Amino acid sequence: MIDFSSDATAIRDAVRGRSVKAVEVVAMFVARAHQANAQLHAFHEILEEDAMAQAQAVDAAIAAGRDPGPLAGVPVAVKDNIATRVGHTTCSSKMLANYRSPFDATCIERLQRAGAIVMGKTNMDEFAMGSSTEHCAWGPVHNPWDVSRVPGGSSGGSAVAATASLCGVALGSDTGGSIRQPASLCGCVGFKPTYGRVSRYGLVAFGSSLDQIGPLTRSVRDAALTYAAMAGVDVRDSTSANTVVEDPLGELEHSMKGLRVGVPHQYASQANHEQVNTIVQRAFDRLKAAGATMVPVDLPLTDVGISTYYVIAPAEASANLARFDGVRYGHRSAPRAGDTLDALYARSRGEGFGPEVQRRIMLGTYVLSAGYYDAYYGRALKVRRLIKAEFDKAFTQCDVIAGAASPIPAFRAGGMTDPLQMYLCDVYTVNTNIAGIPGISVPLGCIGVEGTDLPVGLHLQAPAMADAKLLRIARMVEKLHPEAARPPNKYATH
Amino acid sequence: MSTSHALTKEEVSHVATLARLSVPHEQLEVMRGQLAGVLGHVAKLTAIDVTGVQPMTTPFTQINRLDADVPGPCLELADVLRNAPVVEGRFLAVPKVLVDES
Repeated sequence: MIDFSSDATAIRDAVRGRSVKAVEVVAMFVARAHQANAQLHAFHEILEEDAMAQAQAVDAAIAAGRDPGPLAGVPVAVKDNIATRVGHTTCSSKMLANYRSPFDATCIERLQRAGAIVMGKTNMDEFAMGSSTEHCAWGPVHNPWDVSRVPGGSSGGSAVAATASLCGVALGSDTGGSIRQPASLCGCVGFKPTYGRVSRYGLVAFGSSLDQIGPLTRSVRDAALTYAAMAGVDVRDSTSANTVVEDPLGELEHSMKGLRVGVPHQYASQANHEQVNTIVQRAFDRLKAAGATMVPVDLPLTDVGISTYYVIAPAEASANLARFDGVRYGHRSAPRAGDTLDALYARSRGEGFGPEVQRRIMLGTYVLSAGYYDAYYGRALKVRRLIKAEFDKAFTQCDVIAGAASPIPAFRAGGMTDPLQMYLCDVYTVNTNIAGIPGISVPLGCIGVEGTDLPVGLHLQAPAMADAKLLRIARMVEKLHPEAARPPNKYATH
Repeated sequence: MSTSHALTKEEVSHVATLARLSVPHEQLEVMRGQLAGVLGHVAKLTAIDVTGVQPMTTPFTQINRLDADVPGPCLELADVLRNAPVVEGRFLAVPKVLVDES
């Protein structure tokens, strides 16, 4: 039998082995999601009827003797910026409050083909802009370890759904850390694949050269399983890599002999929370005891990642979000006498977008405007190449680069009022996207902060296209931290 | 690089016009302060020597693929128009674009 501690592999095996029906699995998780949503607000929509219909199709396939796929009956919580035909796709924005996608994202098509079931859409920072899921038009999401704290962001709803076992697995998107940082703050696995590995078709674009879809899960194995079902070239995304996807599951359990872990001294900053540094050091000690070699590497541009990112990402966002004009879809301002088209655009956008989205559009428009383009955008793109080169050099000395995923554990809701302060939360994750390499946050267990247990994640980065190897190393870290499997008390799984 | 100059409220207003974003007058000063803060931080980029470095617009290293130019299946018009705020027949309705000057 399965329970809420079951991972996706166990659910899949039980459904395929006919010891439980997909409709029963869906009913179980939907009921738990409904119950928890009052406290946690992870979901914007729980799509009970649609999920039951999908589950019936999986059960029918099994009854007819057809292969239901490697994710048979696994309920998936989908971040609300990934297009689904079922339910709405709102990006947690008033702009898209009523938007219903006429198509499914490629990752959704592939997961459903693998037997997975879309069970609901999760809350996020509006248009994926934020690190706390407080910038959500439908209200903030709460951390299951302490509801007075944020879950991180922008994939906060998905991180909470995965951590509190409100779904089988969850999907997020990561432009500068939006999968890995909430995974670290909630205590689940969060994996951002190499840029181009998972098709972006159907992901509402934020920073097109940075965005990547990935899983948030309760185990590395589930992350590998979900990734394997989504990855691969797609004719509808010309930036999806046309190279063979290495199977991440085959050698997942095989520890790597002679593993070299790169440790940049820039990652052990004094600015990190003291206990974050302590628990990360403990992980390094365990890796060493398990036979890994720790290699000092130098990433001197770590510190300018945020500056580079906050030019490139808003620049791309300002162009991508130009499509929301109140004409084809989205919020449209009430008509006024003598309205011009330009006035309608400006009013619709001013009313539909929240403050953080407006700030980023303004920032992006500014750095792309005549007179500033070369000074900001042009220069940031050059620094981007230097950051990439710095990683390339470091990876000649090591297999992975490791450090804290976030400099601080989950902070109190409403505790960060200065936008710049919030941006600095992503100091260790933005460069992964800038370079286009894969990154994963693996739970290390909790630290005690003000009487509360708060999880911390170890961030591992690998060279582009080394996703399978990265997952294998992540699995080693996971095995060395059995205490990290403990769920938040209020969301016990037995 | 002219990042050291102070951002003015007039510039913020101009950028809002370029961005087709109506920003209430009383919000301009708040936004100016926040943008100036971020731009001040971004000025760290000026300290880095980028002489001779080529800009990197994407991490994607493969050359764009071209598809054969043949029509494929399209979305249903009704599905697409369902999301439009104002529709007239099979068209999207907008305010008058050309102003009558007579």
